[in-house]
Amino acid sequence: MRLSYPTNVKIVKVPCTGRVDIILILKAFENGADGVYLVGCLEGDCHYLVGNIRARKRVEYVKHILDECGIGGDRVAMYTMSSAEGQRFAEVAREMTEKIRNLGPNPAKKAAARNA
Amino acid sequence: MIVANRKPFEEIIEMLKPYSKILLLGCNECVTVCATGGSKEVAVLASEIRMYRQKEGKPVEIREVTLERNCDPEYVESLKPFIHDYEVVLSMACGCGIQFVGEHYRDRLVLPAVNTTFDGVTEEHGVWAERCQGCGNCVLDRTLGICPVTRCAKSIFNGPCGGSQGGTCEVNKETPCAWQLIVDRYKEMNMLDRYLEIQPMKDWSTSRDGGPRKRVREDLKI
Repeated sequence: MRLSYPTNVKIVKVPCTGRVDIILILKAFENGADGVYLVGCLEGDCHYLVGNIRARKRVEYVKHILDECGIGGDRVAMYTMSSAEGQRFAEVAREMTEKIRNLGPNPAKKAAARNA
Repeated sequence: MIVANRKPFEEIIEMLKPYSKILLLGCNECVTVCATGGSKEVAVLASEIRMYRQKEGKPVEIREVTLERNCDPEYVESLKPFIHDYEVVLSMACGCGIQFVGEHYRDRLVLPAVNTTFDGVTEEHGVWAERCQGCGNCVLDRTLGICPVTRCAKSIFNGPCGGSQGGTCEVNKETPCAWQLIVDRYKEMNMLDRYLEIQPMKDWSTSRDGGPRKRVREDLKI
């Protein structure tokens, strides 16, 4: 297909979105990420049965944590798609990049740069 | 296990306002099992505090430590080499652990990051419920394993009361009536005649009413 998607999206491969723990998402933000999104298989299609459903619940929890500490829960999202949906993958990458660009940089990173 | 809930983030942040070097303490026992204060929750809270303070332009240094237990001196003493490197201790252990660490290091404040709530069980993954109030005089033999002290809002001994409606408690429709459960259990075990026995007044002096309790076994003392 040779589809292009924004170069600022950095991919971290995991065997299943069920592997993504809350702390992994938080660490990404702590290390300066402006946004994080999980791309899992379609619900009902998980090889491990419920990995993607668990991931979705964790994303909801992280949203709450990020709202609490002022980073903003909107910066994290969960998408599901099948591995045959390259088109949608590129679309989602563009959509998320646009959304985060509108939100601006991670406030913690911004403050650190101001104080440096 | 002892079940606790994490305090609201704003409350924790307010407590930590004057400090920039924090020892964040977790416990590997009960609070780990109820997913409130184990090493995982310590990592999450530490990350949350760091991000918040970074955002506010007042960065903090946090050391994350999770003790095997916070309620035994041998583990608490393991903090000795480094506890004084930190201005304050924020503890995610239960109320016992928070106090015990404070008793050992009297020149350090130990702040609570959790509200210790009850002694309970894991009903299912992510659901914990109260079962025991430690009244010091167990009646579970008479009530066939269902505690009226804990599970009845009024702790009555000859129930149910008039507030029992369709098997639930008037205090909360989600709460089963303890005495309904007890009667059902009598029936199940074919022991309904036991229900006719009037329970005498309970001696509460073994409970909290007698002040803080202590247990000593001389043969175990070193």
